[in-house]
Amino acid sequence: MTDLRRYQDPLTIQRVLHTASTIAIVGLSANELRASNFVGYYLKRHGYHVIPVNPRESEILGETCYPSLLDVPEPVDIVNVFRAPDALPGIAREAVAIHAGTLWCQFGVINEEAARIAEDGGVTVIMDRCLKIEHARYVGRMHWLGFNTQRITSVRAGLQ
Amino acid sequence: MTDNTSRAEEARAFGFETRQLHAGQRPDPNTGARAVPIFQTTSYVFEDPESAAAYFNLQEYGNTYSRIMNPTVAVFEERVANLEGGTGAVAFASGIAAQAAALFTLLQPGDHVVSSSALYGGTVNQFKHLLRKMNVDLTWVDPDSAGAWRQAVRANTKAFFGETIGNPAGNVLDIEAVAAIAHAHELPLIVDNTFATPYLCRPIEWGADIVIHSATKFIGGHGTSIGGAVVEAGTFDWSNGRFPVVADPSPAYHGLQFHETFGPYGYLMKLRAETLRDLGGTLAPFNAFLFLQGLETLSLRMERHVDNALAVAAFLESHELASNVTYPGLPGSTYRPLVEKYLPRGAGAVFSFDCAGGRAGGLSLIGGVTLWSHLANVGDAKSLIIHPASTTHRQLNDAELRAAGITPGTVRLSVGTESVEDLIWDLEQGFARVAATAGKKVATA
Repeated sequence: MTDLRRYQDPLTIQRVLHTASTIAIVGLSANELRASNFVGYYLKRHGYHVIPVNPRESEILGETCYPSLLDVPEPVDIVNVFRAPDALPGIAREAVAIHAGTLWCQFGVINEEAARIAEDGGVTVIMDRCLKIEHARYVGRMHWLGFNTQRITSVRAGLQ
Repeated sequence: MTDNTSRAEEARAFGFETRQLHAGQRPDPNTGARAVPIFQTTSYVFEDPESAAAYFNLQEYGNTYSRIMNPTVAVFEERVANLEGGTGAVAFASGIAAQAAALFTLLQPGDHVVSSSALYGGTVNQFKHLLRKMNVDLTWVDPDSAGAWRQAVRANTKAFFGETIGNPAGNVLDIEAVAAIAHAHELPLIVDNTFATPYLCRPIEWGADIVIHSATKFIGGHGTSIGGAVVEAGTFDWSNGRFPVVADPSPAYHGLQFHETFGPYGYLMKLRAETLRDLGGTLAPFNAFLFLQGLETLSLRMERHVDNALAVAAFLESHELASNVTYPGLPGSTYRPLVEKYLPRGAGAVFSFDCAGGRAGGLSLIGGVTLWSHLANVGDAKSLIIHPASTTHRQLNDAELRAAGITPGTVRLSVGTESVEDLIWDLEQGFARVAATAGKKVATA
């Protein structure tokens, strides 16, 4: 069993959240009730440039959709994956090929081989974590709904 | 994206005493207020129409209406969740409302619950009458018998329920063993942790899936407010096929699949966005503020509560007019091994004993004390005493009392944080009255 804590380091997560601007979402659904759509909508709302990657659609959330990561015509900071774990090694190879900064795999999207491929290719790996939740934890308003952000700080933050 | 890149937070495992002061609250970004502001408002102005829609769709974390969320209440919720080691919490206007909502979120008519039989009377009423009215069936089991839990499971069972420390018999739940049986049947274990508080025991660490609190008791700690909370561990698989009411598209929320969409937050999202929305029972912000004041000193008070409780229990155990002292922290308690495992810092501060002289003896004791407060509550910093046979259970005859596990002379104590010698002195006064009354009776007989 993979020790996932290695891919869930809070300092790495905060660095990735704070430095990224372009996020390609692999497996983004056009269905407004699916988790991937919730995440894409949220990230767009918070100022990230969201690029849908889904071979079955041409446009999602008002953004041009691409069939694969290799077709995305601009640099990608985060590759955010909503696919079955066995699809992950292929996606990791593509993430390395396009020089993505981070491979971010959602809850349950766990594949040790893919993590190794990405890391060997110089791509940061976050695994079994939700990008929306981590953003809401460190930047957003997750604490407004009584969730345990696990944050302890007496630093006065900026306006929300 | 954000401009606040300079102060990344380390993944430090902060201590309980730090978290009871800080968890859930950062200094107010608008004003810098260090204390938790009381947001006494029913509703919140939306930034723009799109934001309003995003909040109602649950696409964005946002405040809409204080029946469903409030920033002061949210601090209390997060603090309780943090101290219990849960993924989040939802607060309610009482412990009993919290419990009803926790169950309503995962049950539907035709379901079945297996519950410990050694419970707070208010819970017994809720289960026996309210749940049955909703066509939910119940099986009461001896909480000390692993076999009883196992044998009670049916195809339509949806949860196990027990109390960390039973009220008032002082039985200690073998949380790890009962959780293992629940999980073997793909069921969640719900534990009422009111008497232990997260300082003395954290049921989630032993496998519990949902923790219920009456915050009215030790969390508030000062007898000022009624309130409760539901905490979830966030690890239970609600998509295991037994819980369509949590996992399937929700007709009450335009087809949203709470567990699939929100993952470890799905149950709590549903609890808030549907059950709290539809049942009400919302905690008021001012009461949340008072509970937060209580939580800031939780560990300090509990240390004193358990020290005093053990001293008072030991005094009673050696007193000739007291018997059957149910404090599980006593060295001779049958629950000693479970106390050592689950409650190493102390076994709470609520227990009962039988006063000599039966009903008249219990009444004399209550009439003789002047420092202990005669009232129907527990968990106050002040010491509390009640005689069930003449108050909460006065409609029952002696035989019915015994069936409820109470004798005519049973007295329940909630030991406070006063000088312990004063508490013992006062009980001595009470026992003197018991002896005098009994003596008079003998003389006139």
